[in-house]
Amino acid sequence: MTAKSKIRIATTSLAGCFGCHMSFLDMDERLVALLEQVELNRSPFTDIKQCGPCDIGLIEGGVCNAENVHVLRDFRAHCTILIAVGACAINGGVPAMRNYFDLQDCLQEVYLNGTGVTNPQIPSDIELPLLLDKVYPVSEVVPIDYFLPGCPPSADEFLQILEPLLTGHKPELPKSHVHYD
Amino acid sequence: MAMQAKPNTISIDGQEIAFTAGQTIMDAALAAKIYIPHLCHYPGLRPSGNCRLCVVEISNRSTAACITPAVTGQEIRNNTPELNAIRKTITQMLFVEGNHICPSCEKTGNCKLQAMGYYLGMLDDHFPQFYQRREMDASHAGILLDRSRCILCDLCVRASREVDEKNVFAIAGRGTDAHLIVNSSTGKLGDSTIAVTDLAANICPVGAILIKEQGYQVPIGQRIYDLHTIRETALQENVTKEHHEK
Repeated sequence: MTAKSKIRIATTSLAGCFGCHMSFLDMDERLVALLEQVELNRSPFTDIKQCGPCDIGLIEGGVCNAENVHVLRDFRAHCTILIAVGACAINGGVPAMRNYFDLQDCLQEVYLNGTGVTNPQIPSDIELPLLLDKVYPVSEVVPIDYFLPGCPPSADEFLQILEPLLTGHKPELPKSHVHYD
Repeated sequence: MAMQAKPNTISIDGQEIAFTAGQTIMDAALAAKIYIPHLCHYPGLRPSGNCRLCVVEISNRSTAACITPAVTGQEIRNNTPELNAIRKTITQMLFVEGNHICPSCEKTGNCKLQAMGYYLGMLDDHFPQFYQRREMDASHAGILLDRSRCILCDLCVRASREVDEKNVFAIAGRGTDAHLIVNSSTGKLGDSTIAVTDLAANICPVGAILIKEQGYQVPIGQRIYDLHTIRETALQENVTKEHHEK
């Protein structure tokens, strides 16, 4: 008899700060029990670069450049359930504060005219993903199944959304756990 | 057929409550400690009925509780899944219309818009973000005006006129062009007569009007709506006598 196959989870950080990933790790010893049921696929935790077929994808961060769009679409194509995690994924968050300015003005301020800039030039290496005009919430690029707000969501809140999904149930975050900061 | 109602009583979600002549449905509900969600209403100020969160149903009609007089025999539906779903949609529309980046806002945890989202179980904004560019005014030494977060509730407008008796604020423009303006020769807050102690400077339900240099006196996690629901705080609110006598 073969062992029950594990639930596959992939995670990524787009235009985020990895704070949501750090908060995920705050599960501490509960990660051991989780990993008995779960196998991590593409994720900064595994360093696997290509997303395979997965049951659940966790997306941290908004969409600020062409690579973010590519990764997000790849996750949507490979993950049965896609969860937007944290303020940036849900509404753009702090990176979206650049949306109050023209992109060209941002680049000029940072790379040409800003205080302390030496060797002023706007980076144009072909390896660098092109910036989008604005930072977008992930739900404006692909359909999202669940939202886990917070900056970041706590480890408890990660478990509250993951545990029902592991047993095929619909997660419901208690209202007392909803926070946007 | 419904039984004949007692004089000067209405029922809200089946609970019969008394009202006095001249009270609105909101007044009567608050007096009976029944919560009808609201953002632009503040007991003691004249209601303006603009946020629409307090919309309730009477028979087949929807009406804003804060501007509808209580009338004997009204059978009002308030705390229903259908109305709360509509209220959540209204809250989401308020979020996407402005720039509400909670993690970067000094008001986080003390913000009523945020607290309304919590109360209604709002997990996402649903609608595409407007990301509007709105003017910030830091000209006043003690008060910051960030129009990005303004929800046009006009509480500051009414507080300034009715309580502070200064008429510092008004709403100009219509539709998505509507915005808060300041009554001073330059249009800047620093040139207006507003003072840090004015009700208008302190009544903003969101982070649009902030008192400077006190944003992080209370740490995040220990603020009003980290500890209480908006339902709990709304039932305590009133413009204090002190403000009226000032």
